Amino acid sequence: MLAFLAKRTGAGLSVLLVVPSLTFLLMYGNAANAARQILGENATPEQIAAKSAALGVDRPLFVQFIDYVGQLSVGDLGRSWFTAEPVGSLLTSRATVTLTVVIGSILVSTLLAFALGVTAALRRGAVDIALQVLAIVGFAVPGFWLALLLVSGLALQLRLFPATGFVPFTASPGQWLASITLPVVALMVGAVAGVAQQVRGAVIDVLEQDYVRTLRARGLPSWRVVAHVLRNASAPALTVVALTFIGTLSGAVFVERIFALPGLGLAATNAAVNGDVPVIMGVVLVMTAIVVLVNLVVDLAIGLLNPKVRLS
Amino acid sequence: MSQIVSIPALPAAPARRGVIGKVLHDPLGIISLVVLLLILLATVLAPVLAPQDPGRSSLDDIFAPISAAHPLGGDSAGRDLLSRLLYGAQVSLLGASIALLTSLVIGLPAGLIAGYYGRTFDSVSSWAANLLQALPAIIVLLALRTVFGPSIWTSMVIFGVMLAPGAYRLVRATASGVRNELYIDAALVSGLSDTRIIARHMLRVVRGPLIMHSAMVLAICINIQAGLEFLGFGDPQTASWGSMLNEGFLNIFQAPQMLSWPGLALFLTSAALALFAGSLRDALQAGTAKPARRRRVAAPPAGTAPDAPPSGPPAGNGESPPDALLSIRGLRVAYGGGSVEVVHGVSLDVARGEVVGLVGESGSGKTQVALSVLGLLPTGGEVTSGAIALAGEPLLGRPASFLRTVRGRRIGYIPQEPMSNLDPSFRVGNQLSEVVRVHLGLSRAAARDRVLDLLARVGIPDPARTYRAFPHEISGGMAQRVLIAGAVSCDPELLIADEPTTALDVTVQADILDLLRDLQQEKGLGVLFVTHNFGVVADVCDRVLVMRQGEIVEDRPAQEIFDTPRHDYTRLLLGSMLDGRPARLARAAATGDGRA
Repeated sequence: MLAFLAKRTGAGLSVLLVVPSLTFLLMYGNAANAARQILGENATPEQIAAKSAALGVDRPLFVQFIDYVGQLSVGDLGRSWFTAEPVGSLLTSRATVTLTVVIGSILVSTLLAFALGVTAALRRGAVDIALQVLAIVGFAVPGFWLALLLVSGLALQLRLFPATGFVPFTASPGQWLASITLPVVALMVGAVAGVAQQVRGAVIDVLEQDYVRTLRARGLPSWRVVAHVLRNASAPALTVVALTFIGTLSGAVFVERIFALPGLGLAATNAAVNGDVPVIMGVVLVMTAIVVLVNLVVDLAIGLLNPKVRLS
Repeated sequence: MSQIVSIPALPAAPARRGVIGKVLHDPLGIISLVVLLLILLATVLAPVLAPQDPGRSSLDDIFAPISAAHPLGGDSAGRDLLSRLLYGAQVSLLGASIALLTSLVIGLPAGLIAGYYGRTFDSVSSWAANLLQALPAIIVLLALRTVFGPSIWTSMVIFGVMLAPGAYRLVRATASGVRNELYIDAALVSGLSDTRIIARHMLRVVRGPLIMHSAMVLAICINIQAGLEFLGFGDPQTASWGSMLNEGFLNIFQAPQMLSWPGLALFLTSAALALFAGSLRDALQAGTAKPARRRRVAAPPAGTAPDAPPSGPPAGNGESPPDALLSIRGLRVAYGGGSVEVVHGVSLDVARGEVVGLVGESGSGKTQVALSVLGLLPTGGEVTSGAIALAGEPLLGRPASFLRTVRGRRIGYIPQEPMSNLDPSFRVGNQLSEVVRVHLGLSRAAARDRVLDLLARVGIPDPARTYRAFPHEISGGMAQRVLIAGAVSCDPELLIADEPTTALDVTVQADILDLLRDLQQEKGLGVLFVTHNFGVVADVCDRVLVMRQGEIVEDRPAQEIFDTPRHDYTRLLLGSMLDGRPARLARAAATGDGRA
């Protein structure tokens, strides 16, 4: 188990090193562009040079890189080129918002998907057909379109939920729940469909295994047999949950824009439009860390559930 | 060996239709293809079909209602929505195709090389593939937007690169699977070059799954592209589904209906692509379906009435003896809703303390009989008629709650493959003690003690260690002992052993047979011993039933069968044994019979 964990942690760390580094080199390697973008089309070369010098992007790339890593080691993510706000503190509050809707959506969708997938696999029949339809619909409906429909229908016309904004839990739990409900639902539909499909497949695979027949032949009650099946089917299903988590982070970018939630995605969208390189760099760093962490947690869970995985 | 028994050929498989033919015969496949063709046609013919130029705006038509001139109404700049929708399809399909092509151009060759050659290239490219999928795609696209500018086409190329791992993994997995096939070795030996093999064999295998994958990816790309345009990538003035949605979002208070058309177009296109992919997947699976795990038996030869008594003298076809522990009468098992019958009216009895061998070649239906007793036929199989009784009590048609009190408690089951019959995720001991606790109501500690005793009884040297072990940590012979312990853990009256030694080494086989015989005598068990091996039969069985094509052809005491087999098929089976004392006896008997 320790060797397995060490290997997975190593893989995670390599991602954490390589992805932000590549992003840094790509973005800062072209930062003169950014100065031009900030100043507008009419800027003179002198103005651009002055701006580049002010931003520090006229220095050799590797010097900037070493500098950035040095700052990073003391927890400094730099400052926004536009608002001069420290990126670290800017992203901390925004990460909370993003993680609230993303984790909320993953928890609800995973529970629903397991319930749906297991029922479809065990019962087949109507539930199974419904799941097949849901899988196609969930795959084909663009998540952001669904979010738009929810805003338009439930928030603007029926006024059941607020259309925009985020209320912190500490301010008002009720309003907090109301403010995240539609975003969570919008993010969830695709995830439920995808994961339920995988859970169904994994459960059916396990049901066909010889040992399930042997467990039945020993006269175990069905719920005990299902417990055995679930544990064996959970590893492939959880792998899909980890992938879905990354997809949900992508979806959050749209949902945050549509519901005007001040999360990482909205920060990235605005920063990308403005060319605010330090903020984007910060978002990439934070997102990579989140993804690596989630993958580690899922790996750990799979390792605990399935002793064979620990060997490979 | 003068006797040659003719065995009827299996019915010919239905003629195989091509994959394309299968998709065209699937209603969903046809519908999705027609929808896709219509969408493509509308896209290409946009200049002809559109009522007006997608960019032409008129103050009179701002938020125009649905009318003959504007079938879908007008937008905030007074442009015709239908025209924009039709022209927008061009942008959407083009952008999605760019991303798809990019992903294929990278993923296909990389996957083929990694799958065919493996080694370093495989490790490096697989690592890169993981890296590319580590980040949410939109975040990467947003980050690179600051580097490469807001062009939607550049973004779709980048997205294509990020999708390449999907194609790569698929191609790599398929290619490395093919690489290990014998015909590739044959091609290598006969001097074909690597490129020829890749082009000839690998591409052909990869083609189908890759088309399926591409349909799904195309749907993803269309949605992502619309999403990027919605976020402000690309030129907002150009008509596209994404920019139309953005327009609708900005005017969500005045004209929420503007959201519906581009959204529906996206949904319809993606759904059609997904359905097409699903239909193609079904067609591909049907084309390459592996032979069913469950073995089916040919129907009885034409002309043989199913109820005709077998040619041997099967005893016990009438009333079952009053002391029978297990009694099966006229058992028929069929698959496919009764269309394929695999057991044609089998009757047999097992007395208390008697070991009955059920012998026959693979596919003779002997396992079907054994599983029928437990009520555990594989999916699709059912007992169509007959009766099964345990100590006089009928088993067929009883509720699951009753069967649970029989299985494990009164009938023990020993399966064939030791390794695949232990749950890999649970410790060996827990799998056994769970059963003991359920049936005997023992406490956790008492169950543990009982299982430890059982493990010691079946000859496991260190019961405590095996109790804690996971199935992959013990050997096949140990696993079979564990399964035997599981079968006898609740002191059943009847043991059903389905080829319990077939998967084991010859040396281990003898030990396991000894153990089974000891346990049988010690506990006075009735045993239904399913096997194809006459050597095993000679070792343990009191009585032997020979089964062929779903019927019992001979039912006699073991010694008699070896001495004077009556049925041709029994002689054939005996003659096919190559080693062991009974085999020699049998061969002598068979040849003697032949000379006579």
